[in-house]
Amino acid sequence: MTFKHQLELTQVAIDFPTPKGPFTALTDVNLKIQKGEFISLIGHSGCGKSTVLNLIAGLYQATTGGVILEGQEVNEPGPERAVVFQNHSLLPWLSAYKNVELAVKQTQTGRSKKEIKDWVEHNLELVHMSHAADKLPSEISGGMKQRVGIARALAMEPKVLLMDEPFGALDALTRAHLQDSVMEIHSQLGNTVIMITHDVDEAVLLSDRIVMMTNGPSATIGEILSIDLERPRNRIELADNPQYNHYRHEVLKFLYEKQRKVESVDSHRKSKSAKGQPGSLKTG
Amino acid sequence: MSKQAAIPMITEKEASFDLVKLTGWLKTIMLPVIGLVVFIGLWNVLAKNIDTSLGQFPGTTAVWQQAKVLVDEHYTQQSKAEAFYERQHKRNAERVAKDPNYQPKIRAFTGAPTFFQQIWTSLYTVMVGFVMASLFAVPLGILCGLSKSSYAAINPLIQLFKPISPLAWLPLVTMVVSAVYVSDDPMFAKSFITSAATVALCCLWPTLINTAVGVSSIDKDLINVSKVLRLNPIQHVIKIVMPSSIPAIFTGLRLSLGIGWMVLIAAEMLAQNPGLGKFVWDEFQNGSSESLARIMVAVLTIGIIGFILDRLMLQLQKWVSWDKSATLR
Repeated sequence: MTFKHQLELTQVAIDFPTPKGPFTALTDVNLKIQKGEFISLIGHSGCGKSTVLNLIAGLYQATTGGVILEGQEVNEPGPERAVVFQNHSLLPWLSAYKNVELAVKQTQTGRSKKEIKDWVEHNLELVHMSHAADKLPSEISGGMKQRVGIARALAMEPKVLLMDEPFGALDALTRAHLQDSVMEIHSQLGNTVIMITHDVDEAVLLSDRIVMMTNGPSATIGEILSIDLERPRNRIELADNPQYNHYRHEVLKFLYEKQRKVESVDSHRKSKSAKGQPGSLKTG
Repeated sequence: MSKQAAIPMITEKEASFDLVKLTGWLKTIMLPVIGLVVFIGLWNVLAKNIDTSLGQFPGTTAVWQQAKVLVDEHYTQQSKAEAFYERQHKRNAERVAKDPNYQPKIRAFTGAPTFFQQIWTSLYTVMVGFVMASLFAVPLGILCGLSKSSYAAINPLIQLFKPISPLAWLPLVTMVVSAVYVSDDPMFAKSFITSAATVALCCLWPTLINTAVGVSSIDKDLINVSKVLRLNPIQHVIKIVMPSSIPAIFTGLRLSLGIGWMVLIAAEMLAQNPGLGKFVWDEFQNGSSESLARIMVAVLTIGIIGFILDRLMLQLQKWVSWDKSATLR
């Protein structure tokens, strides 16, 4: 069975209970994603990007509206929507191999021992981590940990791969390497990918579409920008590409003109009249 | 010329290196030795000035002598026991030779337990109590850590029972054991069960609290990983919760064993379990001129065993801990 859209978010809104009453983090989020698309979610911190991702992952439940994956409503987490977390979240007592193996054994029931071993090794190979398969997470660098985290997520054979600021904690060079790896893997496997990012270049370089979110509370999708750049993309060639720079410009304009975040004024106002304001809740 | 100049330079370097080694050695070996020597000196000086109704407080010489006496007594008792069993065996063999239908009876040697047998009894008792407590406290701690509601329900009870002295529990435990543990052919002595149960009651709290804290402070991302992988509750506990809280659980277990060993001596005194506690009590009641020195031997033995138990737990903790970079002490 094929679906026109693999993943649909329809009129999604979410309220978080606070002592001062419900806090509306998201309203009216509508998004349709096709199979194999690479989507970036971008916005200022606290705008609810992570909330959107957690809703798709099934870690949060929408207050109204819903998420539908291939005709089925998402209401709990599951391996078909594997998540790559910001700080790798590998089990620190297991080696890279064992971390991936746990995911394989848990989600790929019906594979023989040999098949499990091959599949774990294949996924470590995919992220170029075969050489460190027996290392504990504490023995490898941040970028390598994130690679293993991606291998673990890919090993679950997800329909949608969710990445929550996967490279946020990495230095610029390591980040560039990993971005290239992710592009390579995406072109090989053709998974649907939804990635949260703060990084405009990263969003333009990797994405088919960039979903730009307005500031919270009651955040929603502000604009969606389609990136029609040929793949495979090369960061060095694109640096001089006028189309690429136009896209960058669009995203920057959205973030720093239309959705300019003026935190100092905000906090000033809050301290002046600290009543009646809805309690701030960290959702980003 | 240059060669000659080079030679003293090397020796100087070596000498300074030796000096570094020497100061390191001084710090690790000599300082504790100095502490010990000062302590022994003070002990002997003070002991000479304390006269009790059982004679002068024992100094190191008296204690050392009694330690040797206790070792001798052990060997004498052992050879007596051996002789007893040999006689019995011989007698039985003779009777079987006369009457082939005779079923030989083996009677146990009934001599008083020696100091070493008492140490063994104490170790055995504390271990049984400690294991009982741990088998109860670790699962309950995991439950408390996983569910805020059960923690809220159990926490007041923990706070209420944690500060209770073993001496307060003991009469109750004794009466309950006498009432509940009724058997014609008891496998364990009542005094043993009373002591072990009192140890368990007093030493389960640190394990319970530390386990609950360890489990409740698991990285939220790891819990999300577990959710994405759809681990069922049992897999979640085995694969995620237990390994992540192993360091906290073992911190609790170490504290518990320390408390258990302390509690045991008091429990054995009152329950008359034939271990080190009873030894101290019996010597106190005996009131001979050697009693204080013999008690002092027991006191030092208790200290040394407590120290060894703690080190063993530390080794176990290091062995099971996945975070090899963490400093454990």
